[in-house]
Amino acid sequence: MAEGENEVRWDGLCSRDSSTRETALEHIRQIVLRKTEYLCSVKETPYRPSEGLSNAVSLDGLNKLLAHLLMLSKRCPFKDVREKSEFILKSVQELGIRIPRPLGHGPSRFIPEQEILQVGSEDAQMHALFADSFAALGRLDNITLVMVFHPQYLESFLKTQHYLLQMDGPLPLHYRHYIGIMAAARHQCSYLVNLHVNDFLHVGGDPKWLNGLENAPQKLQNLGELNKVLAHRPWLITKEHIEGLLKAEEHSWSLAELVHAVVLLTHYHSLASFTFGCGISPEIHCDGGHTFRSPSVSNYCICDIANGNHNVDEMQVNSAGNVSVSDSFFEVEALMEKMKQLQECRDEEEASQEEMASRFEIEKRESMFVFSSDDEEVTPARDVSRHFEDTSYGYKDFSRHGMHVPTFRVQDYCWEDHGYSLVNRLYPDVGQLIDEKFHIAYNLTYNTMAMHKDVDTSMLRRAIWNYIHCMFGIRYDDYDYGEINQLLDRSFKVYIKTVVCTPEKVTKRMYDSFWRQFKHSEKVHVNLLLIEARMQAELLYALRAITRYMT
Amino acid sequence: MEKMSRVTTALGGSVLTGRTMHCHLDAPANAISVCRDAAQVVVAGRSIFKVYAIEEEQFVEKLNLRVGRKPSLNLSCADVVWHQMDENLLATAATNGVVVTWNLGRPSRNKQDQLFTEHKRTVNKVSFHPTEAHMLLSGSQDGFMKCFDLRRKDSVSTFSGQSESVRDVQFSVRDYFTFASTFENGNVQLWDIRRPDRCEKMFTAHNGPVFCCDWHPEDRGWLATGGRDKMVKVWDVTTPRAREVHCVQTIASVARVKWRPECRHHLATCSMMVDHNIYVWDVRRPFVPAAMFEEHRDVTTGIAWRHPHDPSFLLSGSKDSTLCQHLFRDASQPVERANPEGLCYGLFGDLAFAAKESLVTTELGRKPYAGDRRHPIFFKRKLDPAEPFAGLASSALSIFETETSGSGISWFVDTAQRYALAGRPLAELCDHNAKVARELGRNQVAQTWTMLRIIYCSPGLVPSTNLNHSVGRGSSCGLQLMSSFNLKEMAPGLGNETWLDRSKGDTRSDTVLLDSSATLITNEDNEETEGSDVPADYLLGDVEGDEEELYLLDPEHTHTDEPEYVLPQEAFPLRHEIVDTPPGPEHLQDKADSPHVSGNEADTASLAPVDSFSLISVSHALYDNRLPPDFFSTLVRDMLHFYAEQGDVQMAVSVLIVLGERVRKDIDEQAQEHWYTSYIDLLQRFRLWNVSNQVVKLSTSRAISCLNQASTSLHVNCSHCKRPMSGRGWVCGRCHRCASMCAVCHHVVKGLFVWCQGCSHGGHLQHIMKWLEGSSHCPAGCGHLCEYS
Repeated sequence: MAEGENEVRWDGLCSRDSSTRETALEHIRQIVLRKTEYLCSVKETPYRPSEGLSNAVSLDGLNKLLAHLLMLSKRCPFKDVREKSEFILKSVQELGIRIPRPLGHGPSRFIPEQEILQVGSEDAQMHALFADSFAALGRLDNITLVMVFHPQYLESFLKTQHYLLQMDGPLPLHYRHYIGIMAAARHQCSYLVNLHVNDFLHVGGDPKWLNGLENAPQKLQNLGELNKVLAHRPWLITKEHIEGLLKAEEHSWSLAELVHAVVLLTHYHSLASFTFGCGISPEIHCDGGHTFRSPSVSNYCICDIANGNHNVDEMQVNSAGNVSVSDSFFEVEALMEKMKQLQECRDEEEASQEEMASRFEIEKRESMFVFSSDDEEVTPARDVSRHFEDTSYGYKDFSRHGMHVPTFRVQDYCWEDHGYSLVNRLYPDVGQLIDEKFHIAYNLTYNTMAMHKDVDTSMLRRAIWNYIHCMFGIRYDDYDYGEINQLLDRSFKVYIKTVVCTPEKVTKRMYDSFWRQFKHSEKVHVNLLLIEARMQAELLYALRAITRYMT
Repeated sequence: MEKMSRVTTALGGSVLTGRTMHCHLDAPANAISVCRDAAQVVVAGRSIFKVYAIEEEQFVEKLNLRVGRKPSLNLSCADVVWHQMDENLLATAATNGVVVTWNLGRPSRNKQDQLFTEHKRTVNKVSFHPTEAHMLLSGSQDGFMKCFDLRRKDSVSTFSGQSESVRDVQFSVRDYFTFASTFENGNVQLWDIRRPDRCEKMFTAHNGPVFCCDWHPEDRGWLATGGRDKMVKVWDVTTPRAREVHCVQTIASVARVKWRPECRHHLATCSMMVDHNIYVWDVRRPFVPAAMFEEHRDVTTGIAWRHPHDPSFLLSGSKDSTLCQHLFRDASQPVERANPEGLCYGLFGDLAFAAKESLVTTELGRKPYAGDRRHPIFFKRKLDPAEPFAGLASSALSIFETETSGSGISWFVDTAQRYALAGRPLAELCDHNAKVARELGRNQVAQTWTMLRIIYCSPGLVPSTNLNHSVGRGSSCGLQLMSSFNLKEMAPGLGNETWLDRSKGDTRSDTVLLDSSATLITNEDNEETEGSDVPADYLLGDVEGDEEELYLLDPEHTHTDEPEYVLPQEAFPLRHEIVDTPPGPEHLQDKADSPHVSGNEADTASLAPVDSFSLISVSHALYDNRLPPDFFSTLVRDMLHFYAEQGDVQMAVSVLIVLGERVRKDIDEQAQEHWYTSYIDLLQRFRLWNVSNQVVKLSTSRAISCLNQASTSLHVNCSHCKRPMSGRGWVCGRCHRCASMCAVCHHVVKGLFVWCQGCSHGGHLQHIMKWLEGSSHCPAGCGHLCEYS
């Protein structure tokens, strides 16, 4: 068996032309069957120790292929590919080879699979989105499947991500994925790391770099510090950080490269938040996304154990059983009542200036101590932690020491006026794309709240957005931070705080315990607000430092 | 109160004086506004709110409006505006959404007058009505604009933009009831203050937020807007649909725009980010700012013209915590530093040249080249004669096209096709080629061929030697007219193929000197070789080594035999001393020393001596044909190298082929090969396949001649079974039929066979051509649409 012949080419499947897909699939089928037959024939012959190793290798290769086929059979937006992949898997099974099955419960561990859109039942607009995404990446990842609750946002998100990773830009392609890995690893997000390790290798990245940041070029190593500060304490970024990167002799970054890197870092920090915030499951074809064991052996995946969710089904029963329906119904009613009150009475109880200022300070200070009670240590998986150094550096340690977060006045440096101009100047078109994404996320509304229709949710959305910025010390002069306390209850704050600052600690319990009566799509909506607000906050600090460096 | 009195007394001054100056503020400024007396300016920012008096030499702080122990957000100003009717009235927009009015006439330290807390979000802009004392307008981030009557406690009317935040509001200067508002989504709305329900007009002005707008102080309905998309646009809003009149592209997002007083087309801009300068643009000249102020070290946040009727004073506040007064005459003018000429090559070798109009017209006055080889096309900008600045901005653009079919290339093709390279005696070849070159106007080449003939076939020329000799004598007798006659007479003997291109003869005064030095050297050479048997042409060429100078000399041989050419009469007396061409070197010496040579003005005069020289040298050459045959070979070699280096490989290769064995051994094999390949490459680019093939065939270099042997096989299909013809000959190995049947007459084709590459059918060239004139289908009836080209 020649090596070249067994090289499986998946890119043909991404074509929009069905006949191209057909030939590509046929090619794959032949390779898979050839491999399978080879393995079967080896099995029948008596065992020879010398062949043991090569057998294991080829079995491994076949299993990878089968896992990819499994993913295709479930997640490809094209019906013909799904059916054919399934057919290939079946025929392999008939030859006596064990085929994999998906693990877990759909794209998200928090959201029941039946709530999430099934591939194949999407409408035309979503199908176009899926096809775009599939064509660009060769897969339809779980993040996309969860985000498709909000197709308008998803479109903008995919467009931006595609531009950042694959279109014109100052950084080489493998750098972009590596920076993505660095950023995701900061939050120990093995999902994103796995995804981008594959992409990184696919675009020709050096596998040695994956052994740790110290194996990457000095230039990328220099970025480590910025990554660390940006992820956990963006307000500490100064123009000295920027200068250090730009003036490092042969390892120095150009301004355009730096802006690209900063956008990538912030994108992946916040995407890590989303991954944890919505409990995204591992991809089917990645480790932990499928199993070759029979269904009876295990019913829960590794990640659940790591996060203390021992049995998903049980948890669901618990959360639903603990709170009576009327209780949670009352929650929504109370929230709506408060919103109405705030809307009406705001002019009467005019707070003094000092009062307003102190409200912000209080909210900011309190936000530091808002933490989930079950603050157990999660040791990151070994393979992820090697991508970053200084694991101890995080959000937690400074908040315990009660460090002061300086106030950043958004009226003096805001995204619309300043950030946009800077990004667009140094990395053309990206400013526009991010700007659109922010706008869509901020203004997205269906005018519904849980079971209520025709509700103006702008106040609630603004409270969430400003609360997140408040945690980063960003203050809006024209906002009464007292509203936040009225609208966001403690469990919600805990969730927001955890998702934004220490996403790796999000548990299903947190996800379930806030806004119990709200729909899953609304919780995903909240997550979108969280990640965009976080991204903007990080960007604002980083861009302000760059501006200061430039002037 | 003592402070106040001073403020009021300062009102009287009407003549503005001052200089470019700046003063340090304690904090970054967000906006500035000028009092109507032009003597005070208010600066507002997050933590600054002060009134400064503008004195002749400096700014003097007059008043700090930021009073009170605790800093209040009401004092954190996003915008400030000074009433243009009432010098005591100010309004600020606070970042927390409050609109505050200030009365400088209040007796207490706190000048705060009224507080409007109606906006929910940051107020971006406030604007007083230009003539109404109590009307104030505000635009806020919450998307609403509110109109306040200062005599009442709350707003009179609220205008909803039905969209995101309002970035700017401005009352029209001319229309009492109109105001404009700009929005973050790129729209501009025009409102009637009496109708809060809906806007009068709306249009999308920019891509992205519109940060600012300004009504033209004089032109009714002209509105300038500036946006994040780095554009400043001037709109005429009097028409039913707003019309874009001008557009200026700046290098950064535009934060403020202000029309310059008394200058109809000028406006000042400053940017929001990155760029710290203030620009004054002439909107009709949107690419280069008319003036530039570079004082600030951080972004400029506020600009204001000091007096509504004085165009020379501009005030500005900046994030770098300084307040500046700029004098227009101190501004740097990028126009002056910019290169006023532009030159650019087009894709096809066209040359565009833009310059100040005055420059171009003077150049055109001479117009020496215009008619010859280039065709300039002129575009002139339409100018508005009423504008005083129009002259500055006018330029002319000329485009020079390279002549595609002109002399540039066609001579190459012609020469290649008409040259005879083999098949006749050498003398005939040389004559023929010289004739071809002459007819194409390439005299130097023609001359070269003639020389080659003389060198290698000298016995044929013997009869003319006597004549030449006599001519030499004739001229030596010193009779001017005689000599010129003689020249004409002897010309046929010398080489009647020469011809002069007058237009190429460059007339310069310094040629005279060159000539004399050249002749001097010739002379020395003659002495050395004792026979002066070398054609003067070559010697001169060697000495000077420059084609242009060669041209100076070349014609000199040549106009002698140009029948139309008449020597100007007035030149004759001047030639007197020089012309007495001596048969011997000693006379030459005299002539070289003669100062009269340089005194000659016309080139015709200076040419004369060389004429006679060449005559002499040639005549000597003809005398001595006892020399060894390879005597000239080094010269010929140099000549070939010379042509090759000039880029005329055609000449080099042609001579190489014609002379064949005579010179081949003297020239480096590699150089020969190099010339051949270059020439063949050139020929093939001009699709001169036949010539190139001939050259390949005639080449003596093995590397070249084997070019013909490569890839000579032609793969064809059988016209019956459509299979590739594997065997030899024209019989198909599979169907055992002759493949070269004519599809029209069904006979076997002998000779030229043409066939379609698509269906493999074909036949006699004539038959197929005829057939395809009438039908586009294959004559064999296979249904294929054959093409014959």
